[in-house]
Amino acid sequence: MATAWLPPDWPGNFWAHWAIFAVISIVFVLLMFMVFVWVERRAMGIMQARLGPNRAGPFGILQPAADGLKVLLKEDIVPAKGDKVVHWLAPVVAVVPVLLIFAVVPFQGGALLVDLNIGILYIVAISSVTTVGVFMAGWASNNKYSLLGAMRQVASVVSYEIPVVLSIVGVILLAGSLSMQQIVMAQDIPFILLQPLGFLLFFIGALAEINRAPFDLMEADSEIVAGFHIEYSGMKFALFYLVEYGEALAISAIVTTLFLGGWRGPLLPPWLWFLVKVGIVFFVIVWIRTTVPRVRIDQLMALAWKFLFPLALLNLLITAVEILVWPAVSLWVMVPINIAVMIVLVLLWSRFFKLGWGKVEV
Amino acid sequence: METTKEVVINAEPFVVNIGPVHPSTHGVFRMRTTLDGEVIVDMEPVFGYLHRGIEKLAEERTYTGCIPLTDRLDYLASMSNNLAYCLAVEKLAGIAVPERAEYLRVIMAELQRIASHLIAVGSFLNDCGAFVTPIMYMFREREKIVDLFDMVSGQRLTYNYVRVGGVSQDVPEEFIPALEKFLKEMPGWIDEYDQLLKENEILLARAKGVGVLPKELAINISASGPVLRASGVKWDIRKADPYSIYDRFEFDIPTGAAGDCYDRYRVRIEEMRQSLRILEQAMKDLPEGEVRSEVPHLIRPPVGEAYGHIEAPKGELGFYLVSDNSIAPYRFHVRAPTLINLTALSDMMRGWKVADLIIIFGSIDICLAEVDR
Amino acid sequence: MKFERYGIGIAKGLRVTIRHLLRRPITTQYPEQRLNTSRRIRGNELIWDKEKCTGCATCAKTCPQGSIHIVTSVSIEENKYKVEKFEVDHGYCIFCGLCVEACPYEALFMGYAYERARYRRGELVLAKEGLLASEERKPSGYAHPEIAATLPKQSLLLDKDRGKR
Repeated sequence: MATAWLPPDWPGNFWAHWAIFAVISIVFVLLMFMVFVWVERRAMGIMQARLGPNRAGPFGILQPAADGLKVLLKEDIVPAKGDKVVHWLAPVVAVVPVLLIFAVVPFQGGALLVDLNIGILYIVAISSVTTVGVFMAGWASNNKYSLLGAMRQVASVVSYEIPVVLSIVGVILLAGSLSMQQIVMAQDIPFILLQPLGFLLFFIGALAEINRAPFDLMEADSEIVAGFHIEYSGMKFALFYLVEYGEALAISAIVTTLFLGGWRGPLLPPWLWFLVKVGIVFFVIVWIRTTVPRVRIDQLMALAWKFLFPLALLNLLITAVEILVWPAVSLWVMVPINIAVMIVLVLLWSRFFKLGWGKVEV
Repeated sequence: METTKEVVINAEPFVVNIGPVHPSTHGVFRMRTTLDGEVIVDMEPVFGYLHRGIEKLAEERTYTGCIPLTDRLDYLASMSNNLAYCLAVEKLAGIAVPERAEYLRVIMAELQRIASHLIAVGSFLNDCGAFVTPIMYMFREREKIVDLFDMVSGQRLTYNYVRVGGVSQDVPEEFIPALEKFLKEMPGWIDEYDQLLKENEILLARAKGVGVLPKELAINISASGPVLRASGVKWDIRKADPYSIYDRFEFDIPTGAAGDCYDRYRVRIEEMRQSLRILEQAMKDLPEGEVRSEVPHLIRPPVGEAYGHIEAPKGELGFYLVSDNSIAPYRFHVRAPTLINLTALSDMMRGWKVADLIIIFGSIDICLAEVDR
Repeated sequence: MKFERYGIGIAKGLRVTIRHLLRRPITTQYPEQRLNTSRRIRGNELIWDKEKCTGCATCAKTCPQGSIHIVTSVSIEENKYKVEKFEVDHGYCIFCGLCVEACPYEALFMGYAYERARYRRGELVLAKEGLLASEERKPSGYAHPEIAATLPKQSLLLDKDRGKR
């Protein structure tokens, strides 16, 4: 049984494989969530010329644990006139899809819970269920600002789904399969070089979907709506917090798998490469949050429909043309062509792009 | 035969109270906004939550004892308040100020201008949503200035340094080297702030063209300070009615063209650069001498009235004093620049959305302690 | 919004932020590290020199808040005022330092310590013996240059922050 550890596509012992990987997925998500909270607070602190938390445990490592403990001990307040069942169900409906996404993310060659041959489609479908949970939270709070915040969030998630999915289709065209494992195997050249425009669109769209800066108007504290989780306290609030960081982790993992080559890399063991790449992508997300101000809601929608959506269509068109017309040419030729196309398109589109309608006459 | 049923959608504007305690707080300030969906139809400011009766308290304190009261008017620009008050008393009583004291006053006032603008710009950028990164960077520089003030006067917020007839004590000998070091480093830091957020597309989208204050309106409501200069009016009391020794220094007055939030932000950054210029000239020419002229312990000015005004960081700060030949002022009135600047708020906000309300409010930079006195 | 700079503005901002990763943070860990305060700090207490005080009550007249209470009686033998009561209410005091500047005999000092909080308001009222200088109650150099010369130099952020661009 010494070889039982790697690579574990155990023929015949289906239940053991399923049990071990279910445990690994959930432990991975929860552990990385804590690590990510710590990384974000420390990294953001140092980039702002201050230290992050450093009192709870050495270098503040136990800070997320302390936060979790504090949140557990808080009183659970349910609004009196709100819908109690929906109020209780909303965090559950929001959290479970985030955990389910990790069923198809490959940590190593063959090391994933189930290698669905429609892997990426499954991810797109499941990640939309979180939005239902968010809307349920907004509705059940019996608070018109919370409902307003939830509706804004639903509108923004729905708008940004389309460019995200279209950029994923570009990757699928190149890889030839929907399965996550196959996509990683097809990346002799990481797809970020072959699909630079697709990467850009996916990244911006994903940031909007997970409600992080610069698109975090839902949790912004400078406006009158404080978001859909305004009436939540205690463990339910912790679950929404888990949703936010869990989605950030999921997006990092998906970006790594689709565009950066997953677990492939020269020297280190593959699962370590995976962790390093996920860490880098998350660091970029934190970096952007530290620097960039927030957009307004109408600017958010205009960005999705007028800027990202046409560019996503064009990207798809160009990728399809390249694959059909030059199937035999080496992929390394495509890299500079695609980068040039990206630069030209972004510059051209920016010239013609006008956003928001500004001041309204009253 | 068809009957068309007319469907009337009754969408009335509703009143939302952005309450005295709100997250992007610049003090306790209440805005009763009438919203039509997301668009602001009307806005009514309600203030007075921080009224402490300073004008009445001043009538029971001696002229020198009023100086700590003026510290607490606009607590972020304490030196400027002290200076304006002392100018008014000196005008009333006819007291001259020695040369070294004049130069020291100018140095303190310009350092205070930089410190106040750092907070103004930092909190404006924070309201735009850049988390707290700009505030952290700008507070680091403000900390250096506050350290210098601490060295001179002994406290970090309410300095109580400028006196009638000069300043209270001379600067220690480590002040000038520290000031030189600060002046050498500061332009680099201001350039770094520019790199961070001056050309940021999202900031341009949120602040350019938003909350325009037209030139005629600005002049009509007697706005002053960066709010007026960003609307295109080149009016600065240091050049228009020079007080102290400002006519000896060479500096420019930055103005904006459009009068929107972005211009107000740029005007403040450029004013910081001009203050650095004045500081270098003042530090080079600092003469020796005494720092306080002979003034009686209890000043008893002759009967009369005087108005002393300066270009404070937030606008034209003026003190109107009436004396009846006793040791306390008979009437002490403060012309608070931020109170007068905010009378245009409802005109600036009409037609914008709730998210812009916070930005417009942050860009006119009010300090409630001065509005409410 | 037109992307006037095509994303270069955001890129420049990102560069500034990432450079800060390589600089030392400027935080001072308070209870373990303490900075040297200014030599002229108007700290949270008043210190009284009993020998020099003559009971003229100039400080009490100068105080804007009226937090100094002085009661004197005439002492024929020693030919001077005897100070019966010299009480300072630190709750009313705004630590402006006008009394220290006003004293003609240099008998008043501001305190050097700043961690002087008390649990009860009554403990803030200090009378004659409680106002004297001692080991915990050191005088500061505000309006007293001879004391300022003996105190340690102030720690400035200008000296600590060596961030290079």
